[in-house]
Amino acid sequence: MLTAVGSLTVMGIALGGLLGVASRYLAVEGNPIEGEIKDLLPGSQCGQCGYVGCAQAATALAKGEAPVTLCPPGGRALAQQLAAKLGVKVDLSAISDDGPKLAQVAEEICIGCCKCIKVCPTDAIIGAAKQIHNVIREACTGCGACVDRCPTEAMTMVPVPVTLQHWIWPKPALNTAVAAHA
Amino acid sequence: MGFFERIFKEPRWGVHPDDHKRPAADVPLRVLPPPAKVYMPLQQHVGGAARPIVLVGQKVLKGQLLAEPSGNISAPIHAPVSGTISAIGEVTAPHASGLGFTAITIDNDFENRWIECEQVADPLALAAEEITKRTAAAGIVGLGGATFPSAAKFSLGRRLKVDTLIVNGGECEPYLSADDRIMRDRANEVVDGVRIVMRAIGAEQALVGIEDNKPEAIAAMRLAAEPFAEVKIRPVPTRYPMGSDRQLIQTLTGREVPADARAAEVGVLVHNVSTCAAVHQAVRFGRPLVERIVTINGGAVKEPGNIFAPIGTLVAELLAFCGLKEDPARIILGGPMMGTPLPHAQVPLVKGASGILAFDAKEAFMPEAGPCIRCGNCTRACPMGLQPLEMGAHIRAGNLDGAEKFMLGDCMSCGCCAYVCPSHIPLVQYFNHAKGELWAKERTKLRVDASKRLVEARAQRLEREAKEKAEAAARRKAERAAAKAKAAAEAQGQAEGETA
Repeated sequence: MLTAVGSLTVMGIALGGLLGVASRYLAVEGNPIEGEIKDLLPGSQCGQCGYVGCAQAATALAKGEAPVTLCPPGGRALAQQLAAKLGVKVDLSAISDDGPKLAQVAEEICIGCCKCIKVCPTDAIIGAAKQIHNVIREACTGCGACVDRCPTEAMTMVPVPVTLQHWIWPKPALNTAVAAHA
Repeated sequence: MGFFERIFKEPRWGVHPDDHKRPAADVPLRVLPPPAKVYMPLQQHVGGAARPIVLVGQKVLKGQLLAEPSGNISAPIHAPVSGTISAIGEVTAPHASGLGFTAITIDNDFENRWIECEQVADPLALAAEEITKRTAAAGIVGLGGATFPSAAKFSLGRRLKVDTLIVNGGECEPYLSADDRIMRDRANEVVDGVRIVMRAIGAEQALVGIEDNKPEAIAAMRLAAEPFAEVKIRPVPTRYPMGSDRQLIQTLTGREVPADARAAEVGVLVHNVSTCAAVHQAVRFGRPLVERIVTINGGAVKEPGNIFAPIGTLVAELLAFCGLKEDPARIILGGPMMGTPLPHAQVPLVKGASGILAFDAKEAFMPEAGPCIRCGNCTRACPMGLQPLEMGAHIRAGNLDGAEKFMLGDCMSCGCCAYVCPSHIPLVQYFNHAKGELWAKERTKLRVDASKRLVEARAQRLEREAKEKAEAAARRKAERAAAKAKAAAEAQGQAEGETA
């Protein structure tokens, strides 16, 4: 009997020690879902969510401290993706999302103060002091950080126009009688 | 055709719709009287839109360059009539959305003056690169409807060492007969174009696939190709979609193009017969692509047939030329299976438009969709071996990723599944919708990645600027300190001099 007790004790101590060592050396740093959430976020660090940048917002989301509807540039589509990732229900009607937008400079009002250039997270605004500024549409993320900085209200957010390249066939409308059968 | 032949020779994929090609196909080719205005869109091809190089008010000759290509995959645009540029602006696109795109408007001066065209006596003696260059400069794109710039395809063929040129004279879409007409009337031009294209891509043989419902075209092409052993005319069974490249390649060569590969990777390249005729015009006579044959057909048309018209002519003028029995219930650009419904007739004819169909109410009638009964007809009909019923069910439920798992990406929207569906489910519209949504998702991802790169670049820039500023400040500080020390040393020297 002593042999059995002894061997089990030794095994317990050895395996316990092994687990203890493994937990220290093979530990996963941080929450892995954080990285996945960070990849979903726009990454423009615009700060409209109230956090310093997208990484901090991802941390808060992973901890469940922030609502999935926090990101205005991401809009409804992002909120849906985040809700699916975090397994939470979301009330999409709360988000006012009228599609993606881009910044646009009203050339007749712009005084060339360079303030918007400094806050743009993706360097999407070009211009120089006392020269009319302009937005590079391909680089603009539509975060709207520049709008508040403009002293003359020359910066506005305009919806991205639908072009032939972006147009999508509408989904066929479901026949209600059929839907009831199906 | 005997029973066994039917079993073994007829392809197992596809459908066999009533072709409605005659009587339009048998009517001799008519030439459209020159229109007063033409609208030349900048985007008539796959790839980047052309960049205009003319100004409003400028006089242009027929065939003059209006817009140059932008980027590697693009095509130039030339003036289809001589006259004055009256506007460069938005017109309605021949597209289901009814959205606009940019076009150059020319007021015709009815003088029909061509620009100087450089003729080549023996184009077959030209180097392959030279043929490619001339084809690119003539703005030739795939005229079967895909509108891929032909010159880019030539280069691809040369690079991948293509041995066989497949010439697509299938024209499997019902109602259309533009390719049929060009083969009957201009077989010599087509065959000459085929030989020039062969030279451009370095192919050893050309197989011209023509559906066996066009016996006149087969006879004319056989006669024209007789002196040239390397150009072989091969009738193929009439079966929709025989004109699709993968199906035609398999029927003619037995080679199957893998799902994620291009045709050139199995050693063949496909060009349409009309494209070959355009290459003949471009290389032998130096004439850019400014006119084409277009089929005007459908129940609402009084005198259906094929019309030779300048590109950029309004569809309304083409329909008026052929006469309308009634207001068409639907106007379609292209064939009834894969064509695009047009919002109205005030849209310009584009390079890739092989037909304009004006349907009467009976032809345009769409029965109400019923539930899927899982009969599997669509699976049998699908030429790509897909399961349209499963894809459709997933998309209907909003599960686009599920549809993608059933290889939605391989679907070419040929419409066979919707054609055979006994419940009249608009399967192709589901697929087109899903493809658009998936592409939009992909674009968003690319955009997010790009903005992440930009954010990183900005962070690096700010860091570099801060570092440079600090360095500059340190340098100035050091300079000031040195100057101060020097001044102090001088002052001390002076003081010492004075005391001495």
